[in-house]
Amino acid sequence: MLLKAQQLSAKRGDTLLFQGVGFELSQGHWLQVKGQNGVGKTTLLRMVCGLFSPVPSYLEDEKKGLQDQTEIWWKNTPLSETRDVFHQELIYLGHALGLKEELSALENLRVLCAIQGQSLGSQKALVALHAMGLKGREHLPTRVLSQGQRRRVALSRLIVQDASLWVLDEPFVALDSEGIDLLLGLIQDHLSHGGALLFTSHQAVNFSAPGDVLELRA
Amino acid sequence: MKDKSQNVSLGLFGVFVALLKRDLLLGLRARTEVLTGIFFMVIVASLFPLAIGADLNLLRVIAPGVLWIGALLSTLLTLPRLFEGDHKDGSLEQLALTPSGLHFLVYAKLLAHWLLSGLPLVLLSPLVALQFDLPSELIGTLMLTLLIGTPSLSAIGGIGAALTLGVRGGGVLLSLLLLPLFIPILVFGAGAIEAQAAQLGVGAHLSILGALLLVSWTLGPWACSGALRVALE
Repeated sequence: MLLKAQQLSAKRGDTLLFQGVGFELSQGHWLQVKGQNGVGKTTLLRMVCGLFSPVPSYLEDEKKGLQDQTEIWWKNTPLSETRDVFHQELIYLGHALGLKEELSALENLRVLCAIQGQSLGSQKALVALHAMGLKGREHLPTRVLSQGQRRRVALSRLIVQDASLWVLDEPFVALDSEGIDLLLGLIQDHLSHGGALLFTSHQAVNFSAPGDVLELRA
Repeated sequence: MKDKSQNVSLGLFGVFVALLKRDLLLGLRARTEVLTGIFFMVIVASLFPLAIGADLNLLRVIAPGVLWIGALLSTLLTLPRLFEGDHKDGSLEQLALTPSGLHFLVYAKLLAHWLLSGLPLVLLSPLVALQFDLPSELIGTLMLTLLIGTPSLSAIGGIGAALTLGVRGGGVLLSLLLLPLFIPILVFGAGAIEAQAAQLGVGAHLSILGALLLVSWTLGPWACSGALRVALE
């Protein structure tokens, strides 16, 4: 079991977004989070990454009194104890892509890898950018790239970075059909090498790898 | 398609240097933002001799205070942008997900902020001080106090910038929050130059500035990263 979560609840202000959500994700599996707008899909993903704190959900225990049941496990260890290792093996791509407008695609890619503690040679970075269809755009400031091209720059991380868990928030947004095919190929490759994928999307997607759909309800 | 060769691990220091280089590069590419703070200090300090007139004795007396207030306000002007860009474009989320720990990367960000906004003030201060007819040994003390004092401004200011991140009208709140905390640095920074002018020795003032520097750089990044995590939720 790569990732397991139980009894996750989230609040935005006084509004309860969702409660009691749990899931399991094994190597080579995917999990698609579905639900209406504003139901908390992004919040759930950020919570798994550790960017958002869950609301504790207490359960009466006869011996110990009130016990917080909320927990996320990474490789059977509670996430709070293994966060640094977990972050090493995680790629999170949110709505905001983490790209600096003043930097070129190549510089952005290398800095993002460096922040994750991985040194990336420019040759390897260029190969990845070319594979994502950005040939000739490597040295342009990200400012001048289109939304879809920016997405492609951010998605290049999936090619170059070592990570066993991908957490992708609406990864297909702004991509053209060729870009979607590229991304699907990357995901298939990742899953077949024993990686896992947690993502949100309004599109129905079909991978040959086994996976599940998690419906979020308010 | 995927290159399966493992990436080389950068180590803590490598990550630190990579982020420091990124921020310095961003400062270089967006020069106007960096220059605004520096010019602000130069202009504020230059207005006083023009407004007061050529009373050299008076100018010499007010010089330490005016120059220090200039440095302080100029730092305050640059602080709102310290984390704003990272917050907007999602880089802050990526920084929070680093295996090295967010507080460690905050060190790099604060150091970059000082190199871009504090160090230029230290280097420019002798030129500005000439307008106040400060004698050369006092200019030396001025530079020394700014060199020890402005990094504290960056570290303490970073906490304020993190706390007001994403708050509407955060700039005003930031000033209200930080100016009281900046007062000790202002008092001892300007006080050191006055003490030197009165031949009293500056050791005590510099020691206190040094102590403030150590405390602010030890605790500041931790407080800063805590505030950033709250801002991310």
